[in-house]
Amino acid sequence: MTHLPYIVAAYVIAIGVPLLFSVEVLFRTRSARRRLQAIDTRRERTRA
Amino acid sequence: MDARSSVVPARSGRSLHRFANPGQFLRLSGKVLPWLFWTGGLLTAFSLVWGLFFAPDDWQQGDTVRIMYVHVPFAWLASAGYFALAVSSFASLVWRHPLADLAAVEIGPVGAGFTAVCLATGSLWGKPTWGAWWVWDARLTSVFVLFLLYLGHIALVRAFDDPTRGYRAGAILALVGVINLPIIKFSVDWWNTLHQPASIGLTGAPTIAASLLWPLLFSAIGFTLLFAAITTARVRAAVMERRIRSLLMARASSASGQEVTA
Repeated sequence: MTHLPYIVAAYVIAIGVPLLFSVEVLFRTRSARRRLQAIDTRRERTRA
Repeated sequence: MDARSSVVPARSGRSLHRFANPGQFLRLSGKVLPWLFWTGGLLTAFSLVWGLFFAPDDWQQGDTVRIMYVHVPFAWLASAGYFALAVSSFASLVWRHPLADLAAVEIGPVGAGFTAVCLATGSLWGKPTWGAWWVWDARLTSVFVLFLLYLGHIALVRAFDDPTRGYRAGAILALVGVINLPIIKFSVDWWNTLHQPASIGLTGAPTIAASLLWPLLFSAIGFTLLFAAITTARVRAAVMERRIRSLLMARASSASGQEVTA
């Protein structure tokens, strides 16, 4: 492979950007779910 | 006042609108999302290993053709993502649907990121093939304009104190920017460009060897599923964040009402 640096750089960018988006949305969803569970008391009221 | 009222569409329960109900969306997307992520991730990994280690070199471009397996799917998704943004914007303007607003807001950054990857990988392909990182060729320039449209949309929807005004302004920009999509598609036919013409079309047979085409198709499907998974997960997070804001506002207004009566 004579152009290996170009190929490796392209693959790193193409894998890295979706991975960053995935990790970001994972943390964002976890945080939102935790806050929602802390605030939303209607489920407990419905069960009671 | 029901705290969920701000996220429930005015005309839910009619035809497709009932599927766009935020509560329904959270339930449905919660089931679909793991499948999208895992299928997309596995297909992408499989196709990239295939393209990187097992697909043959191109007779003319040599091993640089392997960049195609990442560049082309991102180029397709840059345009497809903008089309999805325009469809959400249309739904937002016509039906004033809050889920369409959130979808448009959340597609923007992912589309911009994927367009940036398309431009970067194209540049990495252009240097060894053309001898230049960048040329102001019609295809490259129109994709760069697409990237600017995404950035403009991201900035515009966040530029107003009243979010609804931001959604409306962003929707108009997104719909005006759709004119750029056929320009991107046909730029290689309308102008004499350095960028090669399309090798795969909907009407004719592909002009690319099958041994190069299959890993490309798998890679395109894999990245498309990942794009769908990321945007769906972002819209889910946005729906939950909006519900949190509504609950906090409802709680604050009921607390201030009790103070007044006391």
